[in-house]
Amino acid sequence: MAKYLLLKHYRGAKPLDCAPMDQWTPEEVQAHIAFMGHVADQLRERGEFVDAQALSPDGMWVRFDGEGRPPVTDGPFAETKDLIAGWMVIDVDSAERAQEAAAYLSSAPGPGGEPIREWIEVRPFLENPPTVTD
Amino acid sequence: MEQLVRDLVPQVLGVLVRRGADFATAEDAVQEALLEAVRRWPDAPPDDPKAWLVTVAWRKVVDLSRSESARRAREERVHEEPPRGPVADEDDTLLLLFLCCHPALTPSSAVALTLRAVGGLTTRQIAEAYLVPEATMAQRISRAKRTVADAGVGAPGDLRRVLTVLYLVFNEGYSGDVDLSAEAIRLTRMLDAASDEPEVSGLLALMLLHHARRTARWDEHGALVPLAGQDRSRWDTRLIAEGVEILQAALARDRLGAYQAQAAIAALHCDARTAEETDWSQILEWYDELLRLTDSPVVALNRVVAVGEVDGPLVGLRELAAVPADVPRRTAVEAWLRERTGDLAEAHRLYAEAAATASSTAERDHLILQAARLPGS
Repeated sequence: MAKYLLLKHYRGAKPLDCAPMDQWTPEEVQAHIAFMGHVADQLRERGEFVDAQALSPDGMWVRFDGEGRPPVTDGPFAETKDLIAGWMVIDVDSAERAQEAAAYLSSAPGPGGEPIREWIEVRPFLENPPTVTD
Repeated sequence: MEQLVRDLVPQVLGVLVRRGADFATAEDAVQEALLEAVRRWPDAPPDDPKAWLVTVAWRKVVDLSRSESARRAREERVHEEPPRGPVADEDDTLLLLFLCCHPALTPSSAVALTLRAVGGLTTRQIAEAYLVPEATMAQRISRAKRTVADAGVGAPGDLRRVLTVLYLVFNEGYSGDVDLSAEAIRLTRMLDAASDEPEVSGLLALMLLHHARRTARWDEHGALVPLAGQDRSRWDTRLIAEGVEILQAALARDRLGAYQAQAAIAALHCDARTAEETDWSQILEWYDELLRLTDSPVVALNRVVAVGEVDGPLVGLRELAAVPADVPRRTAVEAWLRERTGDLAEAHRLYAEAAATASSTAERDHLILQAARLPGS
């Protein structure tokens, strides 16, 4: 088993091919959200679900500014190119299965009930214990 | 009582399954029997705990299938009369182990089911060990049980699969509050006691010989210590002696297999008091043997390391050319060989490249350190 992070981006290198969500009808938005819940349920049912979180688009950059000094903050940036919307963590048997799950997540309905085919970034965890070899 | 119960549960489960109970029902029945044991044993300890558990659990199986058949009275159910298991004198725990490693299961499902049903670990312990939510692990286990029930009890897994599952558990190491390596060793011991297949002994020896070096494999910060840099005084000589003895008995039966060959290599490493004393020529011979047995590209890569030690890095690099480019850690091996030829800048570059594609943080950190040790170009 290996864990994978499925990252959803609000926008980024691979922008969505349809109207932004605030221009959808309430029914379309509801159907989309219901689908996300359905994906998580299905992963739970298969024994593959680890975690799912959505992130607020608000946020800021923070860094250390020397001992005894308050941290330096910057932002929020309305115009940041790439923004992570949320993620799912799954624990699956193969890389192929991780891709299949990501593709399913990407088939979420959008305007007119059509799959939005958004790009999902799939990243393997660096967790696999090193196999003992001599 | 806990240790007793952990030893008895798989045996009792095995008896029930052999008598014809389906897997899920049998497990529920054993759990109920255990609850009853907790209530009654303190006042009236049985003379034969296993027989007591079998009697009580079997009664529960009958009760459960009665209410089940009442509930599904109109349904035709094939599972009410499942095929009977293998011959009665086969060890019950063994039957259960084979069932848990059923060919219809994916390796990870087989691992989860084995730890639950044979290992007697709780779902929570298994979930913590594999860093997933308890509900996810519960679901994985119950799906696995359904898969086994659907596939039919008559077709348990083959021995090779059981060994693979046990080795997977072993390699998971220590996580959560469960020592999975120790658990794998315990189960493999059990299997070895009931089997006359030398590969089972080979796997047990391999586990013991790796386990003996476990504390030396990590430093106090959790960083990987390669074999050559390990403090050999921290190796467990008792485990090594046991592993070697088991291996020798297995090899004497003259049916060589991949686990015995790997154990032989591990034994040769354990035998060297210092890294310099390692008998690489013999190790290389065993790798030749192992490659003939497995034809695995990973083995071919590990063999190249032995070639590098015996015949030097230039011969090693020549043989590395035959190893496919996508074998994990190939770049790390190439870096090590380049370093030995004195091409430090290229070795630095290759270590950095290997770090970028490492599959664990421990391995990545180790490779970055190797790169940092050498001058860049």
